[in-house]
Parts: sequence; structure tokens; C-alpha cells
Amino acid sequence: MKFALKIIKDFPAYLWSGWGAIATILLFIAFWDMGNQIYGDLVLPSPLETFKTLNLMLHDKNIITEIQTTLYRASIGFGLSLLIGTILGLLAGFFATASMMSRPIVTILVGMPPIAWIVLAMIWFGMGDETVIFTVIVASFPIIFVGALQGTRTLDGDLKEMAESFKLPWHMKFFDVYFPHIFSYVFPAWVSGLGMAWKIVIMAELLATSTGIGASLSIARSQLDTPTALAIVVIMIGSLMFIEYIILEPIKREVELWRD
Amino acid sequence: MERLEVKKLNHRFGFTEILKNINFSLNKGEVLSIVGPSGGGKTTLLHLCANILDVQEGNITNTFTSSAFAFQEARLLPWKNTIDNISLGLLAKGENRSQSIQKAQEIALKFGLTEDDFEKFPKDLSGGMKQRVSFARALVVKPSLLFLDEPFSALDIGLKKELQAILIEMIVNKEISILFITHDLMEAIRLSDVMLLLKADPGHIVKEFRFDVAQDKRDDRYVYGKSAEILQDEEIINTFELELK
Repeated sequence: MKFALKIIKDFPAYLWSGWGAIATILLFIAFWDMGNQIYGDLVLPSPLETFKTLNLMLHDKNIITEIQTTLYRASIGFGLSLLIGTILGLLAGFFATASMMSRPIVTILVGMPPIAWIVLAMIWFGMGDETVIFTVIVASFPIIFVGALQGTRTLDGDLKEMAESFKLPWHMKFFDVYFPHIFSYVFPAWVSGLGMAWKIVIMAELLATSTGIGASLSIARSQLDTPTALAIVVIMIGSLMFIEYIILEPIKREVELWRD
Repeated sequence: MERLEVKKLNHRFGFTEILKNINFSLNKGEVLSIVGPSGGGKTTLLHLCANILDVQEGNITNTFTSSAFAFQEARLLPWKNTIDNISLGLLAKGENRSQSIQKAQEIALKFGLTEDDFEKFPKDLSGGMKQRVSFARALVVKPSLLFLDEPFSALDIGLKKELQAILIEMIVNKEISILFITHDLMEAIRLSDVMLLLKADPGHIVKEFRFDVAQDKRDDRYVYGKSAEILQDEEIINTFELELK
């Protein structure tokens, strides 16, 4: 509770530190406009036109439904891999044999290209929600799993001994000694897992479904509707930036205050 | 009578014999030091006594009502500030939060930390400061037996003297019993009532020295004089493999 309050208290100062980032984004948009002047509207529509299209789309009920569909798939997929990945990762970390056994499996999961999973999922589940959700889980699960595994594997033996010597009761051992360390590994893994989930959901939708913003992107491509395609890209990047910089980064800062 | 008694203690890691037939006892109010070269099993012995390691063979009876451990390195929790680190032991004993924090603040000031340091994380403290915090964390629980694992070895002379002075005051007032290990003879001579010499491969006790002068009466001359005397001892020369010149 105290912790949440502190995050909210520090939030304005954090936002104020964002001017540099905003300047960079504006500079990027300037280059984008330059590209438009060189290559013309068909190849690269101007930022103004893109944002106009974006504005129209955001007032369109159908598009909102598509975004909701995508959000639903991404959050179910990510939520499941967060839950399963964290629990299995922690368990595997606590047992040396389990962590040894899980290594090759993780290598396979990480090494297998998501596109191959999509093909398999299409065969197994057909063209629908399950295919997309499955692909999201398969892609983001190993990242979270490895994070949780590393967190438990790297627990400091010296600190364990210290906790032992002071006869800390189990709940203090967990909350004061183990949890902060594990969390410092698991949380960044969640963040990268989320980024991965968001990218994969679009790709899977584009290939395997007729709904969601991935599918909209595919339609825009077939109609050579570059402004719409770019507007969708802006939605994807914008939402990712919002989650990353407005929600996760402030939490991460507080959580990792003690780090060098 | 509170007492720590070690009888016929043997210990091995795998096939390597670390400790062989260790016997000693420590009574309330006494300071017992174990000296010996590095890698001689000192730390293992101390961990066995402090119940951090399990005894394999032999007996350790500890009837002291409370104990605390100060390690060679500070071993602070990096995600907790100075005060929360110090109050860890108090909270573990079930004392309430506000009281623990107050006690922690008092002892922190006594150990030469300032109020500015209270909120700092260990990463922002210097090595010496961390060691002070570690000492404060061990002593704030008012242990009747204190285990020290070469706690002064990483400190500069000034800080070493300061922390030793605090300990000597407690020793003279009979507030504390200490079991400590070190490879520094002078440190042992300055603080202990009994000094045991632990020879390596496997660790066994070869000689016992007693110092009868009260700790607060031991000036530098006494310590240097005793050191010179003890360094002539045949067992010491063998144990530390000192070359005669």
C-alpha cells in the first residue's frame, strides 16, 4: 500500500522527466514527414494524413471491436503464460534436477520460430482465437519461465545463511529475503514477455484469423491502403509505449530503487 | 549456567575431513577465539556452533538463551535501508515494528551512523558503514552469545579500534559472551580470554592460550608483547608455517 502511494507520489516528477523522450518522438515524426516529401503518399503517407486516418478509425465502432478482440487475445495469452511461466519457473528453480531438465525444453521453445508455431496451431486449432492465444502463450512463456528460474537459481547463499543465523520465521524469509530478489528477475521478464505477446498477437492474427487488428492490417495491405496500415502500426506502437512507459516503468523504478 | 560445549566433533565435506576431534567449552561472560591459517576449517567450526550447518558426528550443546552472528562480509539485504536491516533480528524475535525501529535507530547512532544514513540502501553505504550496520544488526538483539567470523578483517585501523572498543566495554561489563574466529593473532590477544589454535588438514586444536588481564587493561604494549611471545611458540610456528629467520 505504502509502495503504491509512493509510485503515485513520484509519478508527476517521472512524467516531467519525459520531455526528452517527447522531443525524440517529434524529431522522428519530422524525419517521417521528410520521407513522405521524397517518396510520395502511396509509399509513405504523411504523419498528418496518418493521424487523420487514425482519428477516423478510433471513432469507428468496427475498429474498436477489432482492437478489443486483439486485446482480449493478447491478455488471455499473456495472462496464462505469466501465471504458468512464473509458477513453473519458480518450481524449476527450487529443484536442481528440474532446472537441468527444463533447459533443453526452453531452448526448443525459444529457438523455434513463432511462424512455425502459427502453422502448427492453424493445423491443430483451425482459424480462430485458440490459434492466436496458443501462439502468444508459446512465444511469451519461455521468457517468463527463464526469468523466474533465474530468479530462484541465483538466490544468494550468503543471505540465506544470514537469515538462518537470525532464525527468521518462514514468512520473513520469504517476503524479506527471497521475494525481493526473485521479483527483481521476474518483473523484467514479465515486461519483455508482454512486449513479445503484443508483437506475436498481431502476427498470428494477420496470418490465421479474419478479426482483430492483425487482420485489419492484412486487409489494408491487400487494398494498398497505406494510411490505414500506418495508422494501425501507430496504434500498436502507441499502446505498447503507453503500457511500457506510463504503467510499467514507474513501477520498475520503485522496485529497483535499491539496485546500483 | 549458560554454556556452549563442543565434544568430539568431527566434520567432513564428501571425502575431505575438515574437522577432527574438536573439544572445547565456552562459559557465560567468556570470550573464546579460534585462530589458525585460512582454509583450516575455522568457518565450518563456527557455522556448526551457530547451528547454520548440521552436526554430523559429535555433540554441540548450546544453552545460551540467545545468539547472533556477524559475518566477515556485511551480508545486508540490498533491498532494505539501514534501519530495516538493523531491525531484522528484532522483528524475527517478534518485537513490534515501532519499537524495533526505535531500538535500531538508537544503536545506529551509537555505532557512528548518522540520521542521513537511516534511509540509505546498502549500495549507498561505504564498506566500513556496511560493517557497522552488520554489527549493529547483530548486537541490537542483545545476544548473550555472539558469533564473529573475522569481522574486522576488511576494516581500516580506526574503525577496527572503534568496534573493538564497543565490544570490550560489553565484555568487561559481562554483558556478552563471544566465540570468534580470526587469522589475526593480535586481534585474538586483544579480545579473548581463551585462544585456541586450530591446525589445518584436518582441522584440530593443537594448543590453548589463556590471557588473564582484563580486556580494558590490555594496552598496545601488552598486546605487542604477548604477540611477540606467542610468535616464538613452536606450535604457532608450525601451524602458520612461519619461516624462522
